[in-house]
Amino acid sequence: MAALLRKRVFIIGLIGLAVLFPLIIQNEYFLHVLTLAFIWMIAVYGLNLLAGYTGYLSLAHAGFFAIGAYALGLLTVKAGMNYWIALVLACLITSGIGFLVGLVALRTREHFFAIYTLCVGYIIYLVIDKWDSLTGGVRGLIGIPAPANIGPVSFENPLSQYYFILAFLLLTILVMYRIVHSLTGRTFMAIRNSEELAQTLGISTMKNKLLVFVLSTFFAGLAGALYASFIRFIGPDIGYITIIFDLLTYLLVGGIGTLAGPVVGTFLVVWVSQSLQFLQDYRMLIFGPLLTLLIIFYPRGIVGAFYEWKMKRTGKKRRQARPDRRKPEPTYAATQTSSEKKVKEG
Amino acid sequence: MLKLSGLTVTYGSFAAIEDVTIDVAEGELVVLLGSNGAGKSSTFRAISGLEKPSAGGITFDGKNIAGQSPERIVKSGVVQCAEDRKLFPQMTVHENLIMGAYVHRKKKKEIRQALENVHALFPMLQEKKDHAAGSLSGGQQQMLAIGRALMSRPKLLLLDEPSIGLAPLIVEQMFEVIHQINQEGTTVLLAEQNANAALKIADRGYVFESGSIVVQGTSEELFTNDAVRKAYIGA
Repeated sequence: MAALLRKRVFIIGLIGLAVLFPLIIQNEYFLHVLTLAFIWMIAVYGLNLLAGYTGYLSLAHAGFFAIGAYALGLLTVKAGMNYWIALVLACLITSGIGFLVGLVALRTREHFFAIYTLCVGYIIYLVIDKWDSLTGGVRGLIGIPAPANIGPVSFENPLSQYYFILAFLLLTILVMYRIVHSLTGRTFMAIRNSEELAQTLGISTMKNKLLVFVLSTFFAGLAGALYASFIRFIGPDIGYITIIFDLLTYLLVGGIGTLAGPVVGTFLVVWVSQSLQFLQDYRMLIFGPLLTLLIIFYPRGIVGAFYEWKMKRTGKKRRQARPDRRKPEPTYAATQTSSEKKVKEG
Repeated sequence: MLKLSGLTVTYGSFAAIEDVTIDVAEGELVVLLGSNGAGKSSTFRAISGLEKPSAGGITFDGKNIAGQSPERIVKSGVVQCAEDRKLFPQMTVHENLIMGAYVHRKKKKEIRQALENVHALFPMLQEKKDHAAGSLSGGQQQMLAIGRALMSRPKLLLLDEPSIGLAPLIVEQMFEVIHQINQEGTTVLLAEQNANAALKIADRGYVFESGSIVVQGTSEELFTNDAVRKAYIGA
């Protein structure tokens, strides 16, 4: 109970810090970087649901991010649609395409799934790059409007954009929390664990995989749409392969298959790479080995490592609190464990 | 209740089981005996829908279930307790059990009822309900696997080698519980190598050898059959 309370206080503190940050540190550059990081976090959450919780590593998510961004851009710039309707439509279009891709992609598994989605991602990039008449090709799309006003609230200045995107991030985290702690979330984890075992329990694996794939592309699309209205200019390179590997790095550093991972990883990597900017591309010489070490020693990232450490500590405490209290109890379970222990020892 | 007629399952050109005919009546406890690779598991995989039979039929309650999706088969009342006591190790004992009731996920009352039954059968599962399934001992894991299978309230329970890798005392208890499950009205089809223990609780049995049934009969018949005694009981 106390731990739960402490966790709650910690989370509220973090949210408070995020809300107060721009008021304390009035630096437009920081604000810009942080807002951008929030957008990446939303995309990483989408990827995490699929790759982390369900065990299907999709490399097409930069493509879906770009679809979301271009859908919003085209609907507002070329079709002159209201921003909010365009935002909803952009997410729906992305998940619709995600549904079609998922129908085919989810028939493959493991590396084949990763390779297949890598190809899909690249094809999306190529389509955006070459379809000059629709997307503007390499010239990109200029003049995407900022979010339309809600009553007196305007989203033109960086500060309101920051809060606007923070709100979406918090909403995303809340939705993720609800999904992961529901039966649906456990169904995804069951599929990650063993698809065959899930099937023998009566779980329709294809239906659930399709559901998680669509959900995951929805968040990629949302992040893309927010990106488009934040930067106000998009080019085909937002769908390029490097973006998906950025997202993957954030996820792996933070902790794949953990709820806090996307926030921790994205924040840390973005922050470190910003402060190492003076090294230019040589940064990768530092990042590469660090990432390799992390994967070898902490495959579930920083958050995963933290949980492991905490579990070990409470285990140690519990053992110290009651040194050898193994008295035989007249229950079935107790006879079970003690007799088995004997056999193991003997 | 369950009828396999001329069932054949092939992997490529290799026939894992060939022309297998099995009949299980309601309320029976039937055992499939045989050594590793004799075809018991392939038979189970075909019944539970993980493998499509290349020939022959499977009917359950008079309805054809051969080649149906595993999900439909579980819904119709046939559930397999996975071999090697496969669990979801990161989930708690309770969460594992709830996953077992997946096909009834919308019927809260039935789930509670099933949970009570399973807890009555394995009190240990209630005591350890918040422990991670991966932290249980081998015998406890096996009980959880059986309990999870029972959560779907099956008419027919398929048990694939529940005694494998367990200490003799636990094996004895395991068979007692299986007997009890059967007595309470669930039909059980059991695959085993431990013929001695299995035949003690079974009504009838089939003996597999390289993919086909070589001997069948009541437990007494099999127990006194010289070939069976030599191969599986060792006396």
